[in-house]
Amino acid sequence: MSGEAQQGAQPDAAERLTSPARVPSGGGDLARRLAQALLPIVLALVVGALLLALLGRDPLAFYGDIVRRGLLSPLGLQESITRSAPLLLLGAGLIVAFRSGLWNLGVDGQFLLAAVFAAAMAPPLAAALPVWLALLLTLAAAFAIGALWSALPALLKAGYGINEIVTTLMMSFLGVSLANVLVKLPFNDPATTVPQTATLAAADRLPRLFGTTVNLGIVIALVAILAVHWLMTRTAFGLKLRVVGANPRAAVHAGLPVARLTLAAFGLSAGLAGLAGGVEILGVWGNMRADWNPGYGLLVIPLVFLARFHGVAVIGFVFFFAVLSIGGETAARRADLPNYFNLFLVGLILVFMALTEWLGQRWQQRRET
Amino acid sequence: MMSQQPEAPPPLVALEGVTKRFPGVVANDRISLSIRAGEVQALLGENGAGKSTLISLLAGMQQPDEGRILVEGRPVRLGSPREALRLGIGTVYQHSTLVPSLTVLENLILGAPWWRRLDRAGTRARLAEITAKLGVSLPENAVLGRLSLGEQQLVEIVKALWLGERLLILDEATSMLTPKGVEDLRAVVGRLREAGIAVLFITHKLSEALAFGDSISVLKAGRLVGGLSVAELRALGEQEALDCIVDMMFGTRGEQPAAEAARRLGEAGPTILEVEGLSVAAGPMEPQVREVGFQLHAGEILGIAGVDGNGQKQLAEALAGQRAATAGTIRLEGRPIQAAGVPARQRAGLRYVTDDRLGEGTIGAFPVSLNLLLKRIGTPPFWRGGVEQPEEIDRHARALIERHDVRTPGPATPIGRLSGGNIQKALLGRELDDRPKVVVYNKPTYGLDLSNIRLARAAIREQAAQGVATVLISTDLDEILELSDRIGVMLRGRLVGVVANDAEARRRIGELMIGSGAQA
Repeated sequence: MSGEAQQGAQPDAAERLTSPARVPSGGGDLARRLAQALLPIVLALVVGALLLALLGRDPLAFYGDIVRRGLLSPLGLQESITRSAPLLLLGAGLIVAFRSGLWNLGVDGQFLLAAVFAAAMAPPLAAALPVWLALLLTLAAAFAIGALWSALPALLKAGYGINEIVTTLMMSFLGVSLANVLVKLPFNDPATTVPQTATLAAADRLPRLFGTTVNLGIVIALVAILAVHWLMTRTAFGLKLRVVGANPRAAVHAGLPVARLTLAAFGLSAGLAGLAGGVEILGVWGNMRADWNPGYGLLVIPLVFLARFHGVAVIGFVFFFAVLSIGGETAARRADLPNYFNLFLVGLILVFMALTEWLGQRWQQRRET
Repeated sequence: MMSQQPEAPPPLVALEGVTKRFPGVVANDRISLSIRAGEVQALLGENGAGKSTLISLLAGMQQPDEGRILVEGRPVRLGSPREALRLGIGTVYQHSTLVPSLTVLENLILGAPWWRRLDRAGTRARLAEITAKLGVSLPENAVLGRLSLGEQQLVEIVKALWLGERLLILDEATSMLTPKGVEDLRAVVGRLREAGIAVLFITHKLSEALAFGDSISVLKAGRLVGGLSVAELRALGEQEALDCIVDMMFGTRGEQPAAEAARRLGEAGPTILEVEGLSVAAGPMEPQVREVGFQLHAGEILGIAGVDGNGQKQLAEALAGQRAATAGTIRLEGRPIQAAGVPARQRAGLRYVTDDRLGEGTIGAFPVSLNLLLKRIGTPPFWRGGVEQPEEIDRHARALIERHDVRTPGPATPIGRLSGGNIQKALLGRELDDRPKVVVYNKPTYGLDLSNIRLARAAIREQAAQGVATVLISTDLDEILELSDRIGVMLRGRLVGVVANDAEARRRIGELMIGSGAQA
């Protein structure tokens, strides 16, 4: 850090009594953070390889399949990028919540409920309005539905301090069930035999980019996550949210409107989760089936932690995860393993993440003493 | 060997010249005291007088650096809480150490070795034995959390006497109790006395020390400054005893610091702050501030003395705007501001230096620069259109760091890494920046070392000299006497009196602080 030289520069007899600040040197800060982020992944891949070998599979072939299918084949790469879009929007929503000290664990319910409304709204709107306007209105509605579904936990938290972990999770179960009911009853398309909503014509969906299968959703997602990162780190509003998150009593001391900021953070976080649902329906599926619930939300949470709530880092981790899940499907099939093996890899990453975090802290403490 | 004086057996527990030091502090300084069987000794002292350290030495949590502890005349080493308990020295702490979700019996079994079977029958028998001695009954199968606080305290007492019954230490035992609960506790203490158990009753309330104690010892700044033996206390009338102890606690030795004489009554300046009938709602376990009123002139320092927890913090927070007032008005230069929030009062020139520097004053993980702007987030020139201006923020931080001599590697260093004195300098810098008109200090030197105490007091005096109207809340009477023009005393949420800082001040404040001067 730049100020280190200053400290010795003003020796003053009276001041020597006051103890100087203890600060570890800032050198290698970036390298350490990079290592702390990547080490868990490397360790997880190594342990995963050991397990594959134990099961009699060739680990190199397995990982090779993941990379080839998820990253190197043109179609696979496009799928990985497309898959990244909803994950990034969910990540953006979670960054807002986590940096504000709020555990919005209800993103899956917010996502799915917004998706079902988007799926139900889009076809009639597209028939009545210009396509761009229909899409815009649908995405706005998806954002609003997501935000609305967080209103109850947000009000309970802001007004009565009721733990949002419990309330958002419960609202998530309710949201998932309600989405299912909506698909089967009011929004059901009678023309099909399986319960699903009416299908949006391919031409009316989010436009595809440069003749690929990748749709506009990834652009929306990238803009959203970069905007959220900027909002949280560079603006007064973001700083206020971070103050509430880091030390609610300091927020009261500074006179910040804690209740209103809590509501705003919840609304933004859940709204982005809703937007993720809208983008996924309008960009990829065109309709919603009653049995569709990808459960992306809870998968993104560890990635956001791995990225330490840093928007740009989330982009990297989400893309890594997208490649792993797209490529992993093929790799698992070819290795005759259940698809769950990829989740096992994600679990390993989490375990090693916690471990490196703990070791890093111990190392830091030992250096300071 | 038999004792040579059969009429005077050695005291049950005695301390001889016990000293305990912590970095920069002598918490207990050559303390000697003794307690006999069947004696209830009240140990009286302010916060920070060294009561907690003394308890932890007797409870075996810490060992003295010098001196020794004797049990029935034999020197002992209390190396752990268990050893203390085995010697029959049990402690009931101010805050519960029991498990609320377990039953009474289960809580009592908890201390048993883990490899043994749970001995319910034995536990029940021992419980019956102790409760019989205390003259109480406890529902052994009731879940602890369902019991009243008084009953829970009884369980604590039983547990403290579980392994032996020589000395029971009660730490601020009445703080959680209702008046009825206090009465019941007195009855229990009476039974303990009859059973020949010694009780060390630790309190900061004078009235309680007199009500419970057969004898009284007074602890002040780590030293035993005096006491009344059983015989002396019996010989004195209540008022005489009271006077005697006020004398020990607050002193009338007439050692006036030089700065005191230099202060004059600051009636010269115009009235800046007027507070009228200010009442503040209380949270759970908090005193309610009622109808506080005072006037403050430019350049004047109003000291607010009082034993900690009599509503000073609540009053300060209401003045700062971070706690809503339920009634009353606050006028700053004639304009009512009681409805304004913290940022508006901050802009108007009313500043609050909190005593909770890490808990609410700063955010440890945030850089020094942002902590210096904590109450001005979003204001120009540091934010424009809601977007931060890093150069402005950095420049502001560097200027304050230099002006207030905050020792930090740089503005970007997380403030939690700085020493307590430097954090306080940063806080003072933040609140005294940009022409303050009124500054409310809450315990501004609490937890600081000597050199930083001197710096903080100099800053307060210098600000006042420049015309800042100052409210100085402190539990350190010497600090208040050194700095203030007038001194008010908070007692149970009320400002019970305001006196001029003259030669008589120390004595009158001492009386006001314990409530005996309220009617005068």
